[in-house]
Amino acid sequence: MTDLHPETASPVAQGAAPLLRWEGLSVPLPTGADRPYAVQGLTLDLQQNEVLCLVGESGSGKSVTALATMGLLKGEMSHTSGAIRFGGKDLTSLAPEARRHLTGARLSMVFQEPIASLNPFYTAGAQVSETISTHSTRPAPEIRDKVLALFEEVRLPNPEQIYRAYPHELSGGQCQRVMIASALALDPAVLIADEPTTALDVTTQAQILSLMLTLRDNHRTGILFITHDFGVVSEIADRVAVMRYGELVEIGPREQILTDPQHDYTKTLLAAVPKLAPRASRPVSGDPVLRVESLSKTYRSGGVLRRSRREVQAVLDASLQIRPGETLGVVGESGSGKTTLSQCIIRMVEPTEGKVEIAGQDFLALKGKHLRAARRRVQIIFQDPYTSLDARQKIGDAIAEGPVIHGASTRDATRISHDLLEAVGLDPVAADRYPHEFSGGQRQRICIARALALQPDLLIADESVSALDVSVQAQILKLLSEIQAERGFGMLFVTHDLRVASQICDRICVMQQGRIVESGAPDQLFANAQEAYTRALLAAVPGATRVFG
Amino acid sequence: MEFWLARTVRMAFTLFVVVTLTFVVLRTSYDPVVAMLGPDATNREIELFRERWNLDKSLIEQYLTYIGNALRGDFGNSFRDGRPVFEVIAERFPYTLWLGGVSYLFAVLIGIPAGILAALYRGSIFDRAIMVVSVVGFALPNFFLGILMILLFALIWQVLPSSGASSWEHVIMPAFALGLTLAGILARFTRSAMLEVLSKTYMLAAQAKGVRPARRALFHALPNAALSVVTIMGLILGNLVAGTVVVETVFAWPGIGRLLVSAISSKDLAVVQALVFVIAAAMVLINLAVDLSYRMLDPRTRRST
Repeated sequence: MTDLHPETASPVAQGAAPLLRWEGLSVPLPTGADRPYAVQGLTLDLQQNEVLCLVGESGSGKSVTALATMGLLKGEMSHTSGAIRFGGKDLTSLAPEARRHLTGARLSMVFQEPIASLNPFYTAGAQVSETISTHSTRPAPEIRDKVLALFEEVRLPNPEQIYRAYPHELSGGQCQRVMIASALALDPAVLIADEPTTALDVTTQAQILSLMLTLRDNHRTGILFITHDFGVVSEIADRVAVMRYGELVEIGPREQILTDPQHDYTKTLLAAVPKLAPRASRPVSGDPVLRVESLSKTYRSGGVLRRSRREVQAVLDASLQIRPGETLGVVGESGSGKTTLSQCIIRMVEPTEGKVEIAGQDFLALKGKHLRAARRRVQIIFQDPYTSLDARQKIGDAIAEGPVIHGASTRDATRISHDLLEAVGLDPVAADRYPHEFSGGQRQRICIARALALQPDLLIADESVSALDVSVQAQILKLLSEIQAERGFGMLFVTHDLRVASQICDRICVMQQGRIVESGAPDQLFANAQEAYTRALLAAVPGATRVFG
Repeated sequence: MEFWLARTVRMAFTLFVVVTLTFVVLRTSYDPVVAMLGPDATNREIELFRERWNLDKSLIEQYLTYIGNALRGDFGNSFRDGRPVFEVIAERFPYTLWLGGVSYLFAVLIGIPAGILAALYRGSIFDRAIMVVSVVGFALPNFFLGILMILLFALIWQVLPSSGASSWEHVIMPAFALGLTLAGILARFTRSAMLEVLSKTYMLAAQAKGVRPARRALFHALPNAALSVVTIMGLILGNLVAGTVVVETVFAWPGIGRLLVSAISSKDLAVVQALVFVIAAAMVLINLAVDLSYRMLDPRTRRST
């Protein structure tokens, strides 16, 4: 993505009194947590007309800082110490009613999940109107006009129509624009945006980021922008604050943090940022482990009568093949059909048409026990390592279960599970523990071990690293490459992140509206994309052209 | 339009299955003659009785006649006194409607607000007290509660009548015995539905807009929680029917619950069959009402109607 503002952008008046100041803010964690404080002794300024990016990995205390500032913490965590100074007052010592008058009016917030942050029961217009009517006594028609003007400002198409639409009728990007309109309704001095683009596609993310910068310039709003993505930081930040374990590690202007970080932790984080560094495909040989020909999946919905029936082409005429030891990436925006494609291949969803051959066997023709036997050849690793392991099953048993089902003796299966735990970098002694005792990255290692226990010819990784922090993401990608080199399975790697795809794949297919529109080796595809869609995706990658660290 | 067509066909089919099943089960499982005429009846009397009620025909023939009549709204006459069954039922139905209505109103007016308050003040003494009462409410069998109340209020303190249905005072105890269980169930479900909604991001977003706490609870949380509460309200109406059988017997309340019990014990097949049909029809209509209110409440389904 091109730089959205010039290098001298930070128009922060030096020496001016800060708009918002956190003074030694500490937020306690409930007893029994792994550390006593979620945020500890945070001292930080936010200036007017500034985007301050708060960066850190999960559990670093960035969201808690946001919630504390808005007064949204509950239970034990609401007993904060230190001060949050705004407009000459300490927010933390205000009476609830006095604070409520500021919340939403002078300080406002945008959340990570745009669709979930709108109430499904009310129209978009009603929800933005509510922000205004809560804090003022303006007459309804005036409020309505104001809301329509706001929708115009956040560049929503057809404001009138969006006004009457319910959240489920809007896309994620549109919902986020509605949320931003609501947050800006009363021209707040401070806007807190907690990972506002993380749930969105790259192209939508790029639009929202540029919108935020326009708003900063037009309204002189101080924006606290929370993100884990240094690509986003490089696009939007005036200053960057890095947090770890609830403490501030380093703060400075964007260029200094990105190019000349002082703290080791910042350096580690920057080094782990996936770069758009397309590699050449490795030479592969042998018969394909997966051959897909003209695969289509059509969803039909609606009732018994013909005219109410609707059809959605989720996958249309997709063909691809993967050889042993090769990784094929499938990239595209949400709704492009990449997950449906992978689910059709393993018949979690039955394809409508086409042919799937796994290790030379016609996979779609199989039934009953033959199908169950053939399922051994293809295994899958899911996106969310927290929900894809049975919480009541010991991880050793989870790994051994597959081999046992397919006829291995318990002793052999246990041996396999211990070997695999070692192979994915965990202590075999851990076999007797339960999933909740492991971190997200460790769980994803366990899922990989479980998938490999049956020695599959084909491994499907569906967004398998997108729920992980960048440093963990880098480790898991490395592990997958190493194990693949050793065992020689073919891999179908589904991802929305072109940076990740560029690093791990030998070939990449770009999907749009159910079709594979373009494919090729990453270095060729990225340097010489034929399709406008592929070029748009590449251009939208945050921090694409930048070298970090 | 299509929705109505599909629903009507499904409702009719359900009722047809119910009518057929009760017919087959009742007519094959026992012979009503002995129960009706007593062990001393002569062969001649038995023969006449069979002829009178068509019991001498084959089962298929009886069934076809029955269905044919039923389609015209004629469910036959009571074996016992020869009156049309619907006349018998119509006499009793208003009493059950009265008792059921009062208990349901009690359950809804007590159970739902209690559940909402328990959720809003989760973990407080208030929440725990409501939950204890609701557990007691649905752990106590209603016949036991009924007998206990008769003992206390009618026999010992003598403030309420123990049986019958001649004044509004008569309805208090049976309605309470029937409604307490339902209020308990409703309170628990409302509480958990509210708790789930309260944990949603949009509730946090409403708070971040500065919306007042009371408005957040009533305008943001409640309508969303209502979607699951309405389902339970429908199920509870079904429970009510089962409950009336017991409670009406305990309090000698002249409703259809008690009619059903006495018709079964005297093997008055025509009455039993018609009652089962009426109850099934009521359940089907309740289900329809739940589905309709669901569609009206939820904007995600409202547009497609």
